[in-house]
Amino acid sequence: MTTTRLFGKAIKRKEDPALIAGTGRYVEDVRLPGELSAIFVRSPYARAGVNSIDTSAALEMPGVHAVYTIEDVRHLGSLLAQVPVGTLKPLLADGQIRHVGEAVAMVVGDDKYLARDAADAVEVDYDPMDAAVDLEDAATDRITVHDASNVIHTWEAGDSDGCAEAFGRDDVVVVERKMVNQRLIPVPIEPRAVLAEWNPGYGTVNLWSTTQIPHALAGAIATTFGLDANDVRVIAPEVGGGFGCKLNVYPDEILCTFASKMLGSPVRWTETRREAAVSTIQGRGWVATAKIAATREGDIVAYELAGLADMGAYSQNFTIAIPVLGQFTAPGQYDIPNVHFKIDCVYTNTPPTDAYRGAGRPEAAYYLERSVDALAADLDMDPAELRRRNYVKPEDFPFTTKVGMVMDSGQYAATLDRLLEMADVQGLRAEQTEAREKGRYLGIGLTTYVENCGLAPSAMFEGGFSWAGYGLPSAFNESATVRANPDGSVTVVTGTGPTGQGHETTWAQIASDTLGVPFDRVKVRHGDTHDSPMGIGTFGSRSAAVGGPAVARAAGRVQEKAARIAAHMLEAAAEDIRFEDGKAFVAGSPEQSVDWDNLVATAYQQYQLPEGLEAGLEDVAFFDPTNATWPYGAHMAVVEVDPETGDVELLRYLAVDDCGTVINPMIVAGQVQGGIAQGIGQAMFEEAVYDEQGSLLTSSLADYPIPTAADMPSFEMDMTVTPTDANPLGVKGIGEAGTIGSAQTIVAAVLDALRPLGVETIDMPLRPKRVWQAIQDVGQGGEG
Amino acid sequence: MQVGLTVNGRPVSVEVEPRTLLVHLIRENLHLTGTHVGCETSYCGACTVLVDGTTIKSCTMLAVQAEGAEITTIEGLADDGQLHPVQEGFWERHGLQCGFCTPGMIMSAVGLLADNPDPSEDEIRHGIDGNLCRCTGYHNIVRAIEYAAAKMRGDTPAPAEWEEVPA
Amino acid sequence: MYPRSFEYVAPATIDEALTVLADNEGAKVLAGGMSLLPLMKLRLLSPELVVDIGRIPGLDQIEDKGDHISIGALVRHNQVASSELIQQHATALAQAASWTGDVQVRNRGTLCGSMAHADVAADQPAAVIALGATMVVKSSGGSREIAAGDFVVDVMTSALEPDEILVEIKLPKRGGGSAYDKLGRRGGHSDYAVAGASAWVRRENGRIADASVALTGVGTKPMLAHGVIEAIQGADATDDAIAAAADRAAEGVTVLEDLYGSVEYKTHLAKVFARRALSQALAAAS
Repeated sequence: MTTTRLFGKAIKRKEDPALIAGTGRYVEDVRLPGELSAIFVRSPYARAGVNSIDTSAALEMPGVHAVYTIEDVRHLGSLLAQVPVGTLKPLLADGQIRHVGEAVAMVVGDDKYLARDAADAVEVDYDPMDAAVDLEDAATDRITVHDASNVIHTWEAGDSDGCAEAFGRDDVVVVERKMVNQRLIPVPIEPRAVLAEWNPGYGTVNLWSTTQIPHALAGAIATTFGLDANDVRVIAPEVGGGFGCKLNVYPDEILCTFASKMLGSPVRWTETRREAAVSTIQGRGWVATAKIAATREGDIVAYELAGLADMGAYSQNFTIAIPVLGQFTAPGQYDIPNVHFKIDCVYTNTPPTDAYRGAGRPEAAYYLERSVDALAADLDMDPAELRRRNYVKPEDFPFTTKVGMVMDSGQYAATLDRLLEMADVQGLRAEQTEAREKGRYLGIGLTTYVENCGLAPSAMFEGGFSWAGYGLPSAFNESATVRANPDGSVTVVTGTGPTGQGHETTWAQIASDTLGVPFDRVKVRHGDTHDSPMGIGTFGSRSAAVGGPAVARAAGRVQEKAARIAAHMLEAAAEDIRFEDGKAFVAGSPEQSVDWDNLVATAYQQYQLPEGLEAGLEDVAFFDPTNATWPYGAHMAVVEVDPETGDVELLRYLAVDDCGTVINPMIVAGQVQGGIAQGIGQAMFEEAVYDEQGSLLTSSLADYPIPTAADMPSFEMDMTVTPTDANPLGVKGIGEAGTIGSAQTIVAAVLDALRPLGVETIDMPLRPKRVWQAIQDVGQGGEG
Repeated sequence: MQVGLTVNGRPVSVEVEPRTLLVHLIRENLHLTGTHVGCETSYCGACTVLVDGTTIKSCTMLAVQAEGAEITTIEGLADDGQLHPVQEGFWERHGLQCGFCTPGMIMSAVGLLADNPDPSEDEIRHGIDGNLCRCTGYHNIVRAIEYAAAKMRGDTPAPAEWEEVPA
Repeated sequence: MYPRSFEYVAPATIDEALTVLADNEGAKVLAGGMSLLPLMKLRLLSPELVVDIGRIPGLDQIEDKGDHISIGALVRHNQVASSELIQQHATALAQAASWTGDVQVRNRGTLCGSMAHADVAADQPAAVIALGATMVVKSSGGSREIAAGDFVVDVMTSALEPDEILVEIKLPKRGGGSAYDKLGRRGGHSDYAVAGASAWVRRENGRIADASVALTGVGTKPMLAHGVIEAIQGADATDDAIAAAADRAAEGVTVLEDLYGSVEYKTHLAKVFARRALSQALAAAS
């Protein structure tokens, strides 16, 4: 018998035919009759009073329909947030500028060229002031961003006293390092875009947005404008990458809706790339000290991470909650008896930070793995052996960590071993020794990580991560509708909000398997709040682990009903009905079958159905897992450093990741590869640099280099599979793994290369100037 | 000003301001929205099209500069419904995720293979370094272009890195 | 992203273009547009009139003129990089052109435009200067020739008057060997130069009979490294002599700190790349 089982197979994507033909529809591709364009007037100062705004010249220009300031929109209140701790962002600056690029006025014109001209004619009288830019300086409250301490929240977990005691033991080696995990600009290649259409006749709003969270955005619009949820339709068509920065509600989404209401025309805004650097959230921005202690045999006895996280100037969607995701994974894969985590969330006069791929977990993994490497160097131990010695063992799962999390499963040593085998580490070390004899500096970096994914279960986040700010229930469940259409085709509607992750393909694999319907007859719809049941969205590597099981559950219920109908048609028992190859048949006698299409047609004819069955064949399911998931992996980088210039060349990158059960290995590999590239970008190139006044010096791609194809090697990859029991599919999620595992791997490799020169620590990004400076600082120039 | 040009084989004449960028003529006047805009400094390459056979970034060319030019956009690549081998390669080798950089990336690959039918991995990587992708890490984009190059030379592409399964 | 309004003309001859420039203060010349258009899109530059010389015939040629190579105003970076004539007689320039921008930029951007734009970190100007080229500049009043080393005068400022067009670059065919090497912003040879150097060397009887070295990315402009040139002329063709001469790379240079390097680092890189470029040029000359 042929199998139709697609789960676990590398099925080519359903998304691609439109995208490779150029007919994919992104927000910028949707055009409405009579639409107007908005342009924002943005502050050149990071901290300033706004004395006056003169819009008269702009309003007189041809093609200008309106210029709005805070006076026009103050009644709408501040921007809503999921975690409304601290000061929420005003929709437009309200007398005070708190970060460079903060919007002061919104110009609406016939087209963007004219609106840009008019925006230049808006005269704003600023009163510039010294700004709180440097994170450590801001934490002293020398200059306060708002009328209160800049330190708005502290995340703390674990046992401070236990750590202090362990660090004081005289039989341990202690390593302490202050390290910076720098500010990043997310840079999805599609800039954010909004198109709002307020229809006064219907009293409804249609809002096209490049959002990862359509339902939350709809909730925010409804709450802000006093509408019912069914008056607001948010559509996220194709979204060109998100990486967390589109996991936010932004002022422009509210303001375009407002302008459309006022002007009676659809209003569009699309950020330019340089604008995106200040109009969209940034990520990371930690300055912290990690301290680790181990016995001379290599048993880690304590780990402490304490420091500051940069919130920027306002609390947006998730801003202050990002560090707690780092707290969840602070002890990593290790069974450490004493752990302490304490991060202060600090406002600065910079654009708000929020979720960027990994969100808190890359920071945590970075500090921990750098510390373990430093410890290995001090103990003169093989970094792989030190890690292996301290791993949580497979038999210890479920494992409760010292920060109160329960990790589901893992075979950490096995995954590490697979990487070591792939890499031929002994061969590499020999190559390294040989190269050093010739004056070449090769470095081998090995690190491992565990992440906390599948953001859920709802109960874990009760209270702290409420969606109530958007008028939504506080929950992290995900949803799916599965509908067999009268012609036998199947529609899956998901609550997730993909931005390239391939849900149209993977969800179809699940539904196709469950119903025995050919893959090409399944279509997955997403990103339209009128279509889909309440969903939370795509972030935190949660879609497969939370949304996938919802699809499976809904499809399972449709299958159950279809089995009852088939049983009736075939005069058999429902529990004996099987679905495969477009047929329902009786187990053991495949000739006793009914075509799926016939079955579905019957399902829509009430009079043909057995008593007690209603017509129709669809179901909606919600899924809330019992636990988060804990994907993990082991990564290795091989680099060559030119000590004379500080130039780093990445020669090889190897990764073995474990995301539990795999639905589509091709898509999983792609997720890992993209994630690795983003981590390499952080390690080698990327940094949001502000001057003392808070101006952003790296707003264009010319000064904020992200990796190109020429900067990357091909990746050498493998997977191990350790399923989770947190969901029936056994999947853990993979969207962020590559990013969480990679930055510290690159740094480890560079430090390994520089070890003969005496360099022990360095901060990212490892631009040549910084590598060279690190060599100079230890007094061994690379001259000659 | 009136600009006359040929786009995907079709002669068109469009009234534009001198300041109108070619990419806006393509997207907004001709409604060919496959060509995307991802930055304003000629770095991202999402707006890459062929002008008289060579790849250029259409956000850094005025529409009026294209007077008399022959332009090919992503929409003009497939031949009578038959995918161009580069398009096929991107689908077969998972060379895209969000798809936003993809049209520009594909056009660059088409330009590259026209100049160099049998590029090395290094030549491919340098040949597309004017196109940024934030999703794929470029690994599968390189595989996709290798696939297309083989096909266009009449060779059999190297097997995929996964077990290929027809859905 | 959206430039301010401007008038646009596309003259059919160079004389017509020069007349338009003479008659319109505030006009800017557009060739490949790789430097001008991004500035206009960012509204850092908003000319009232753009004079597009892109339709003037005859300016897109690389020609062998016997004692020199002539490069027209519309010769693009990719032409420079792939020209056998330039690869043979001006290796440094072909190398610099091949590392300029990316494929699409090289397909549009012009060498003359790069010279006129005078970016502090551009690749090709260093090679043009080291190779001792002559810039042929025209205005409606006539023409003049400027030595490449004098052409770039300050940060993004060339010797061009507003009514002038750089119509041709003459590269002398003076034998010897040349090279260009750099550290790019993303490492390796990527993107603009954090620091780079171009060298030309003529070798005779184990000595360096004549040489020139120019830097980019280090100071306020691509410029001759006078100290190195002084030290290397007539020196032994040895690694030690080259290293000693290269040590004088930053002499007289106002080194600028930027996102990619401190003054100390760039001063160091100037020496490193002066040395590397000289060594490579010497190897090419042998």
